[in-house]
Amino acid sequence: MLTRRNLLRTAAAGGFFAASGALLPAWARSANAGNKGIFEVSGNAFDLTIGHSNVEIGGRSGHAITINGTLPGPLIRFREGEKVTLNVHNTLDEDTSIHWHGLLVPFHMDGVPGVSFPGIKPKSTFTYEFAVPQSGTYWYHSHSGLQEQLGHYGPLIIDPAGADPVEADREYVLVLSDWTFEHPHKVFARLKKDAAVYNFQQRTAGDFLRDARENGIGPTFTDRASWGAMRMSPTDISDVTASVYTYLINGHATDDNWTAIFNSGERVRLRIINASAMTIFNFRIPGLPMTVVAADGLPVQPVETDEFQIGVAETYDVIVSPTRARPFALVAESIDRSGQVVATLAPEAGLVATAPLLREPPVLTHRDMGMDMSSMDHGSMAGMDHGSMDHGAMAMTDTVPQSHDHRMGVGVDNVAMVQVSRIDEPGLGLESVPHRALRYSQLRSLTPNPDTRAPGREIEIHLTGNMERYMWSFDGVKLSEVTGPIIFHESERLRVTLVNDTMMTHPIHLHGMFFDLVVADTDHKPRKHTVTVKPAERLSFDVTADHVGDWAFHCHLLFHMHAGMMQVVSVLPRVAGATTHTPHKGHEPAVPPSEEDIPTTETPTPDRQHEGHH
Amino acid sequence: MKRAHFIASFFMLSPLVFSSAVAQETPVPGSQAEAYWDKDDFKASQDALKREHGGAATLFVLADRFEYQASDDAPALLLEGQGRWGTDENRLLIKSELEYDLDAGAFEEAEVQALWSRPIARYFDVQAGVRHDFEPGPSRTYAVAGIQGLAPYWFEVDGAVFLSEEGDLSARFEAEYEVSLTQRLILQPRSELNFAAEDVPEFETGAGLSTAEIGLRLRYEIDRQFAPYVGVNWKASTGKTADYIRARGEHTETLSFVTGIRLWF
Ligand SMILES: [Cu+2]
Repeated sequence: MLTRRNLLRTAAAGGFFAASGALLPAWARSANAGNKGIFEVSGNAFDLTIGHSNVEIGGRSGHAITINGTLPGPLIRFREGEKVTLNVHNTLDEDTSIHWHGLLVPFHMDGVPGVSFPGIKPKSTFTYEFAVPQSGTYWYHSHSGLQEQLGHYGPLIIDPAGADPVEADREYVLVLSDWTFEHPHKVFARLKKDAAVYNFQQRTAGDFLRDARENGIGPTFTDRASWGAMRMSPTDISDVTASVYTYLINGHATDDNWTAIFNSGERVRLRIINASAMTIFNFRIPGLPMTVVAADGLPVQPVETDEFQIGVAETYDVIVSPTRARPFALVAESIDRSGQVVATLAPEAGLVATAPLLREPPVLTHRDMGMDMSSMDHGSMAGMDHGSMDHGAMAMTDTVPQSHDHRMGVGVDNVAMVQVSRIDEPGLGLESVPHRALRYSQLRSLTPNPDTRAPGREIEIHLTGNMERYMWSFDGVKLSEVTGPIIFHESERLRVTLVNDTMMTHPIHLHGMFFDLVVADTDHKPRKHTVTVKPAERLSFDVTADHVGDWAFHCHLLFHMHAGMMQVVSVLPRVAGATTHTPHKGHEPAVPPSEEDIPTTETPTPDRQHEGHH
Repeated sequence: MKRAHFIASFFMLSPLVFSSAVAQETPVPGSQAEAYWDKDDFKASQDALKREHGGAATLFVLADRFEYQASDDAPALLLEGQGRWGTDENRLLIKSELEYDLDAGAFEEAEVQALWSRPIARYFDVQAGVRHDFEPGPSRTYAVAGIQGLAPYWFEVDGAVFLSEEGDLSARFEAEYEVSLTQRLILQPRSELNFAAEDVPEFETGAGLSTAEIGLRLRYEIDRQFAPYVGVNWKASTGKTADYIRARGEHTETLSFVTGIRLWF
């Protein structure tokens, strides 16, 4: 068995400085370029340089914004509870930033321009300093403009202070992402002009004939008419598709055959991070069951599965134990199945796993539109049941009738009239796969939830949009129109209920705190920083507002956020003396500095957050 | 079940309650970071954040029909398109229709509209502004009020009423539909009807339905933004309008075969 030090040496010997691979961190390089393990930057102090780079993607050269010259950026690795210093040098002609996704940092170190700090100005250096009370698989990315789509992201691993609850003989990080040779501003502008510009899976006259043959002309016509009446498309699943994206694993397209090596019988830990701008993936390894051991960085009780859907910004750690010495395909397929990326897990370098064929694209149903009154016929193609709309048969335990007190402006093209709990569903297109697919309802935190108080109040937030106008918002209000933040009070326990009024799947991310996903009445709720909300779904999470500050709250589909699907959550401190929160390692309450020592962005902040006087 | 805004606006008031006691430590919701950084720097980034997330303006230029028309009459070039610039809420819209007679070497029709466009419903925008016809002469200016959008069953519709400087009232209604034969081969039926409130002999327009146009175009989207097409277009004058034209000894109906490109950026 190789130790990590050995792996590092192997990687270096295998041509770290070879011209072709120089722009890739060694751990992301394929096995035939010498990579057999993870290469990383680790310790307590890091220098990260943001700049322009040329990258080679699938044999074609493109322009990227990179960290230390590589796509993805280097794997940053440090230890739980240790104070780290990260010097970020911005060599660009524009502002940049790094947000530490899922890390419980003091809010002014969270890296969101306009929320936590002013951003990192061109040609300047900004120093982040923090210690975090957590371990696991995370990532980091730009929160400025659309830089994330250009390559400004990388993986981040925090090793536990004590023993790792997950035992493995070796591990690999798999950074899933989407790359386009188009400029992201152009991609966004195109979506604004024609939201279906990248959809080449629309229903055609041919599909009509096929469906009419199979289901009869009457039902087929009724089905088309009902979608037409709503001006909605059942194939509107990914805004940006493989027609313009190359999907990547560790910066590699399928042709590069990025390879991870195993010895038969080993427990291999895969740390899977969806660092895409816009792509929700289905991840599977045909022929090899996976045991999920962590979600969004935090350990969960092991659960075995064959496939899972991973929203943008989510992470899963899985253990695989291949016993047969043959190559396995690591498959990340986009949710709309317009494309996929395949890497290889093999007993030796040079093998190529057989990539599976792309599966049939999923088609949205009336259940996804929030119109399914019968609730039981989900998946049936012509399953609409308008006739029953007014007989009030809302006896189903998992459906909630309409409640919409949010703004209904031109930016809201639909409301989910029947909101459904879909926590026990694996995600669009995975309902009927012939193997196990992970559901949120299967996840249980490994350790009991730290705060098991009942929520004192509930906030309901609707995910809203208008696909035709490509407007996205919370509660019908874009960030550009928001008049004030969502208020949490320090140390309060509250329930946030999300209702997805749109037909798209949205990965929703709350900065600065983990929330306990309400999957059942249990004190082992899975703790997450990002939750993927399915069309017409109603779900809740309970959260303890123990980290004072302003935190971004947004859809992690980059262009949805850019279109306005973002707000700020303000956790306001209790008045002096009223706090019930006990400071703990890595989370001392932040105390604002006095007037005279307010630093500029160029001078690093002193270690102020550790001088808390409580 | 509270609405985030209400909560927010309620707490905007709270600093007033204990402002004198803890003035310096009272955090401003959404601006708590001001305490750590230069206030002006932070404020600027806050403004940029809001502007960028939902407030951006886009430029859209569409040449819906740029085509060569062959018929029994003189061959013609037609350009019909629009350009718009603005945010989700407010847009400047320029619409134009130019028809060039290749034999005569002159514009037969040249119309430009400058409109302000604003959404009023999920799928509809209202538009108001001016229209100027350079040709056929003498040139004339109109006030325009219209509505454009996507009707149920995916019909793209555009309707407007025009009031000329002479006080003549007219109206136009256009509808388009798109049938995807394949992912890239699109069949587009289209119709346009023009109405007039009264006879305007000077412009050979009769009251009622004055002209009707029906077209069928088949385009191939090489990419979504660039699509060559072929098609047929039938245009007819009706009623009193037709009488005026007949009196001049010209055809009241024209069937054209068209080849062109549709493009946008
Ligand atoms: Cu979204």
